[in-house]
Amino acid sequence: MAEKLLTEVSKDQTINEDWSGGTPPMKASFGKLMMWYFLLSDAFTFCGFLIAYGALRLSVPTWPVPDFVFQSFPGGFTNMPLIFVTVMSFVLIASSVTMVRAVQEGKRENRKGVVFWLTLTVIGGFTFLGCQAYEWYNLIAVENMTIFENPFGTHTVDGIYLDENGAQQEAFRAGDSYLVHKVDGEWHFRDFQITSGEDSGKIAREAMGPQTFGSLFFCITGFHGFHVSIGVLLLIIATINSASGLYDRKKTQYETVEKIGLYWHFVDLVWVFVFLVFYLL
Amino acid sequence: MQHHSHEEAVRLAYYGLKMLAVVTVIEVIISLFGKGYLGWEEAYYLTWVHYVAGTIIIVLSLYKAYFIVFHFMHLGLETKTMTRTVLLPLLLLIFAIIAFLWEGSYWHGNRSYILQQDQLQSERVVPDISPSLESERIKNIH
Repeated sequence: MAEKLLTEVSKDQTINEDWSGGTPPMKASFGKLMMWYFLLSDAFTFCGFLIAYGALRLSVPTWPVPDFVFQSFPGGFTNMPLIFVTVMSFVLIASSVTMVRAVQEGKRENRKGVVFWLTLTVIGGFTFLGCQAYEWYNLIAVENMTIFENPFGTHTVDGIYLDENGAQQEAFRAGDSYLVHKVDGEWHFRDFQITSGEDSGKIAREAMGPQTFGSLFFCITGFHGFHVSIGVLLLIIATINSASGLYDRKKTQYETVEKIGLYWHFVDLVWVFVFLVFYLL
Repeated sequence: MQHHSHEEAVRLAYYGLKMLAVVTVIEVIISLFGKGYLGWEEAYYLTWVHYVAGTIIIVLSLYKAYFIVFHFMHLGLETKTMTRTVLLPLLLLIFAIIAFLWEGSYWHGNRSYILQQDQLQSERVVPDISPSLESERIKNIH
């Protein structure tokens, strides 16, 4: 009896609509609900990363100041703190909105509209990945930050830099940032004279910044970038399928677009928090 | 489950675009101000400015997150039960955030203590040291 019922159900393909139990639980389709629960688990993964960031940041006396670390803009511009990441955020917000539009057109079964807005979303995704590639390139190749080494340091005392002959150069305050440069493949640490605190008058030397900054930055933005890449891949598949009219023939219509839309908004949501902890605070 | 008309939904999407963009700009401005970039340079060296700016930025970010989840992802249009099954587990994070940030500060305290003890035995800052010896020492550290 039950077996027969199950075959009837699969013939009708109603399993997607009511999970074959009469009314669908929580009035949501199986796929959509599972997408939500996947996103919930993914949210915990990202929170694990971000909480680790918070704990490690608090465990060291100083932390690189984001406005000093992220101040480059394509075209060789520097001293433009946070401008480039703000542009990146705009790109992701805009692509999130075009995704909303694609889902709305899908609800109206307007195939051309879906393809148009999905294409814009794909372009937004690629733009974001391109921006991230630039940012990584700049940090790795120009500023020599790796997951093992972090040349961005912060002074804990006031002081005056000294050149090779011991002559005094520019002064700095506790809390000011510095970047250790590489000269001929070797780290070049500058000497300075301390002018505050117990050690006032003594000579000290710059050191590398907290090591975990590099690894946390590359792991967290890398994991987010990986999510964006997967999203772009799914979006391309959805675009091709919509254009071919596959979703018009399907019983669930454009629900796939909606589910991918959920994923894409989640990627945007994660960026809100990555942006918050890495760049703003 | 309430449904928006298509026109309403489209308007909401563009409202979201404008709102998120404006809130992001405000966040960036507050962040730059708190780091002493916009006029008041002294702000960077004052701890309370960091706390005030940080709190405002966190609240604004949470509002952005709320808007994305409830309006872009339409969680507000789902049944109450489903909304709860998604949101309630996140309450565990309140505990996790408090516990791990607390732990992080504890590590900091430990480290400072160890550094202090080390300095009692050997001066970290050595005034009369030849540059070659000093670079050797730094190489050994890293």
